[in-house]
Amino acid sequence: MTASQPDFWRGVRDAVPILIAVAPFGLLFGALAAENGLTPFEATLMSATVYAGASQMVGIELFGADIAPWIIVFSILAVNFRHVLYSATMGQTIGAYSRAQKALAFALMTDPQFAVTEQKAEKGIATPFAWYLGLALPVYALWVGEAWLGAVFGSLIDDPSNYAIDFLLPLYFLGMVMDFRGRANWLPVVGASALASVAAYHFVGSPWHVSLGGLAGVAVAAMIGVKPGHKLVV
Amino acid sequence: MAVSTTIWVILAGALATYLTRVGGHAVLSRFERIPPRVEAALNAVPAAVLTAIVAPYAVFFGAAEAITIAAAVLLALRLPTLAMLAIGWALVWVLRQAI
Repeated sequence: MTASQPDFWRGVRDAVPILIAVAPFGLLFGALAAENGLTPFEATLMSATVYAGASQMVGIELFGADIAPWIIVFSILAVNFRHVLYSATMGQTIGAYSRAQKALAFALMTDPQFAVTEQKAEKGIATPFAWYLGLALPVYALWVGEAWLGAVFGSLIDDPSNYAIDFLLPLYFLGMVMDFRGRANWLPVVGASALASVAAYHFVGSPWHVSLGGLAGVAVAAMIGVKPGHKLVV
Repeated sequence: MAVSTTIWVILAGALATYLTRVGGHAVLSRFERIPPRVEAALNAVPAAVLTAIVAPYAVFFGAAEAITIAAAVLLALRLPTLAMLAIGWALVWVLRQAI
């Protein structure tokens, strides 16, 4: 256990940029959930069990709109379907974890958690279970605590766009994209994803641009394939 | 007290989400060796999906947002993520007041 403590604290340090980027959204979710009729308990339960920001935002929007329960569940599933692709990739990165460790690791796998884990692995930096927990648990605790806080004090944030807080997460994701620019096929993948996402956003509507745009980039990568002798880091 | 519909929807949504989180690995680990094209596709997933989340912000949300995204791309070439985040945040705030 003592041997894994440095790894845990290394994970906590790596979590700091995620905490800064995520913090406004945890509160925002709680506040919006309260506005859409969820109790503080329900808002906190949702953050603790679903634990996926974009889908939670979509979920509470539909709760407020009096829509059939199965459609809300299906919408949450659709927004989160990208996790299937993350899971397939990260399963190899965390291949050395035990079965129970994997089960917990996947429960805590968010966009930034996945991005940072893959980023470390790409640089050849070790990603043991203790490190993974150090990265994940502060973000989880913040996210769940803020849902309760935001729901109770929902009026604290009057209008988040006044302070441009709403733009932090897109900027953070953009930073992640730029960090991946050393990967094979990066430019054609990012180009295809951007074009398909913008087209899907315009013609199909949100949140389908995420799945369709992502699929376009992945399809381009599959068509180009791997150069002979090229070592892919997955 | 009966459990509300809201709670059932939250728990069903949580179960569906967990299945997406373990599903990819559970299905893929059945292959002994991953075909090269599948590997190339999987390798492209994070950049592809995160790009798809960001791209509409550069097009549909106004001039301040479009300019900030463009500037952030250039900043990210030179600066760590946190510095880019801070400058980008300040920039979009100022541009929204100005435009």
